[in-house]
Amino acid sequence: MTSLSNLADSNLSGSDLPDSELTKSNPHPTDHAPSHGDFRLFGLATFLVADGMTFAGFFAAYLTFRAVNPLPEGSSYELELLLPTINTLILIVSSLTFHQAGKACRANQLAKARTWLMVTGGLGVAFLASQMVEYFSLPFGLTDNLFASTFYALTGFHGLHVTLGVICIAIVTLQTRSNGRITATDHFGLEAAELYWHFVDGIWVVLYGILYLL
Amino acid sequence: MTLANPSELAQSHPGNLQPEGWLRYFSFSLDHKVIGIQYLVCGFIFYLIGGALAGVIRTELASPMADFVSRETYNEVLTLHGTVMIFLWIVPVVNGGFGNYLIPFYVGARDMAFPRLNAVAFWLIPPAGILLISSYFLAGAAAQSGWTAYPPLSLTTPAAGQVVWILSVLLLGGSSIFGGINFIATILKLRRPGLGLMQMPMYCWAMLGTSILVVLSTPVLAGTLIMLSFDIIAHTGFFNPALGGNVVVYQHLFWFYSHPAVYIMVLPAFGLVSEILPIHARKPLFGYVTMVYSIMAIVVLGLIVWAHHMFTSGTPPWMRLFFTIATSFIAVPTGIKFFNWLATLWGGKIALNSAMLFACAFIVNFVFGGITGVALAQVPFDIHVHDTYFVVGHFHYIVYGGTVFVVFASLYHWYPKFTGRLLNEDLGRLHFLLTFIGFNLCFAPQHWLGLNGMPRRVAEYDPSFTTLNQVSSVGALLMAISTIPLLINVVLTAFKGDIAGDNPWNALTPEWLTSSPPPVENWLGEAPLVTEPYGYGHTPDKEPSNPSVNQVA
Repeated sequence: MTSLSNLADSNLSGSDLPDSELTKSNPHPTDHAPSHGDFRLFGLATFLVADGMTFAGFFAAYLTFRAVNPLPEGSSYELELLLPTINTLILIVSSLTFHQAGKACRANQLAKARTWLMVTGGLGVAFLASQMVEYFSLPFGLTDNLFASTFYALTGFHGLHVTLGVICIAIVTLQTRSNGRITATDHFGLEAAELYWHFVDGIWVVLYGILYLL
Repeated sequence: MTLANPSELAQSHPGNLQPEGWLRYFSFSLDHKVIGIQYLVCGFIFYLIGGALAGVIRTELASPMADFVSRETYNEVLTLHGTVMIFLWIVPVVNGGFGNYLIPFYVGARDMAFPRLNAVAFWLIPPAGILLISSYFLAGAAAQSGWTAYPPLSLTTPAAGQVVWILSVLLLGGSSIFGGINFIATILKLRRPGLGLMQMPMYCWAMLGTSILVVLSTPVLAGTLIMLSFDIIAHTGFFNPALGGNVVVYQHLFWFYSHPAVYIMVLPAFGLVSEILPIHARKPLFGYVTMVYSIMAIVVLGLIVWAHHMFTSGTPPWMRLFFTIATSFIAVPTGIKFFNWLATLWGGKIALNSAMLFACAFIVNFVFGGITGVALAQVPFDIHVHDTYFVVGHFHYIVYGGTVFVVFASLYHWYPKFTGRLLNEDLGRLHFLLTFIGFNLCFAPQHWLGLNGMPRRVAEYDPSFTTLNQVSSVGALLMAISTIPLLINVVLTAFKGDIAGDNPWNALTPEWLTSSPPPVENWLGEAPLVTEPYGYGHTPDKEPSNPSVNQVA
C-alpha cells in the first residue's frame, strides 16, 4: 500500500495547476495515450456476437412460427435443394480461400493474398447471383404466407451481410496493392474482413440447416 | 508511457484541434469525460420532457373522465413518456453518462477503448430523440401503442407515428450496443497493468454485466422491430393474426430484450450506489466477492426470465412454472446485494449529506419494489394484477425509486468531480425531501389502485378510484416541483458554488486521485494503481493506506 500513497502524492501534486491552464496547454483533448493497444478485432468480435443475436432472434421466431402456426392450404415448407446446396459449398470454399489470403498476407506474399482475395470476392458474388436466381424461381412472394415472409427476411438479412462482406473484400483487395495500406505486419483490415466473412458463412450453415433441410 | 508534461504531448500530436471551453460539449469530442457530460445533460433534458409528459398523464388522471386531453392524445403521451424515460433518460444516463465518465478512471485508462465509436454512440441519441418527439407534430399522430408496441395494437394505430417510433428505437438500440462493446473492451482490455479483475471498483463489474446484457439482448429487439416494421410497411404477417401471424412470438422476442433492459437500467445503479455508500459511511464495501458473483448471477438469470411478463398471454403451464421459479431466484443475488449494502452502512461513520440521503432512500425504495417484484413473479398473483396499476407502481419503484434516486445521489456525489464545486447542501436536502415524499405519494397509492382492479394505460376510470388517483397526482406535482431546487442548484453552483478541492469526500477510488475537474489525460503522471478501492476505516495504529484517509481518522 505504500506504492498507493506515493502515487497519490505524485498525482495530487499536479492539481496545483488550475484547470484552465491544463486544457490550454493541451489543445487537442482527443489523442490519448499512444501506448493504447489495438482492440479493434476484439471490438469487432463483440459486435459479431451482437449481430449473431439478431440472427438468433430471427431463427427463434422462424422455429416458433413453424412449430405453432399452420400454413394455409396449398403451401408447404418444401424448397428446391440443389441451388442452396451449391451456395453452401460456395460459401464454405470461400471461407477456405479467405483463410489462404490471410496466410499469404502474413507471409508477406501480398500478390498471392490479392489473388486469393479476388477468388473469395468472386465466390461471394457468385453466391449473391445464385441467390437472386433462386429468388426469381421461387413459387411464393414476400407476403404470400408466414413461411414466405420469414424465408425472405432470413435470407435477405443474410444476403445483406454477404453484400457488405463483398464490399469489404473489394476494399481490402485494393488495399493490398503495392504501397497500399495493408502490409505483412499491419493488416487489421484484412483480418477484420476475414473474421466477418467466417461469421457470415457460419450463419449461412445454420440458416441452411434450419430453413432448407429441416 | 509517461505523460509527464501535457505540452510535450501537444507537440507529439500536432493538429486535430478540438473546441475548448463549453463549446466542446457541442462538438464531436472524443474525450470520455466530455461525452459523459454530454450524455448526462442530454439525458436530463429528456427527463424534463418525459416529466412534462408524465405531468399530462397525472393531470388527466386527476379526474375520472378524459377531460384534459383526448383519449388518442393520452395514448400518444403515454407512449412518448415511457419511451423517452427509458431509452433517452435512464439507459443513456446510467450507462453512457456515468459509465463514460467513471469507467476509464476506474480501470486506470486515459480514455475508452474506442473513442470515436463512443462519440458516434452519443451523437445517435439527440437525433433519435428529436425524431421520436417530432413524430407528435410531423407525422400527425405519434405512436399510440405504449413503449411495448404490442401487435396487433401497433399494427392498427396510425402507421407513420409507429414507424418513426421504430426507427428512433433502432437508432437508440444501436447507440446502446456501440456503448456496450466499448465498455466490455475498456474493462477487459484497457485495465492498467497490475489491476486485477477482482480489484476493480464495483461499478466496473456492474457495467461489465450490463454491457453483456446489452450486447446479447438489444440486437434481438432490433430484429423484432425490423419484422414489425415489415408488417406495417410491406404488409407481411409476422405478427398479424389476420395474415396467419403470431402475436405471442413478438411478446417473447420483445421481452427477451425488455426484461434484461430492466437490469440494464438498474445494474449500473447498483454499481454506483456501491461506490457512494462506502465513501460516505467510511467503511469498506461489505462482501466484495459476493457482490461480483451476484451481479453475474443477475446477468445470467436476467436472460432467462422474460416470459414472466406474459403469464396472461396463453403461456403453457410448464413455461409458467419455469419462469416463476427462475424469476424468484433473482431475489437471491438481489437480496445478497441489499444485505451487503446494509452491512456496509452498519457501524459506519455515516455522513448524511444529499448524496447519502438519496443513496439510502434508494435502498428503501428498492426493497419495496423488489418485494412487489417477487410477488408479481407468482403466477396466481400476477394473473390477478396483470395490466393493472399495481404493475405501474412496482415498475416505478424499481426504475424511479431505484435508478433515478441513484442518479441524483451520483449527481451530488460526482458533481464536485465534474466541476470542482460542491452542490449546495440545503437545496440538495430540499430536493431530496420533495422527491422522496412526492415519489412515495405518487406511486404507493397505485398499488392499492391496481389491487382493486384499476387497469393501466387508460384515460378514464371508475369514479371509485378518484381519491387515490388524486393523491397520486399530488405526489406527481411534488416531484415536478422537486426539479426546481435541483435545477437552481446545478446551474448556480456551476458559477458560484463552494470550491470542492480535488477530493472533497476523502475517497480512495482513482477518479479522486487527480484534480477536479480532471486534466484531459485524467492524470498528469502515471495512472494510479488502486488495488483496494474501499480501504476505508483502517485502525490508526496500522499503516494508513492513503494520506487522505489519515485526515479523516
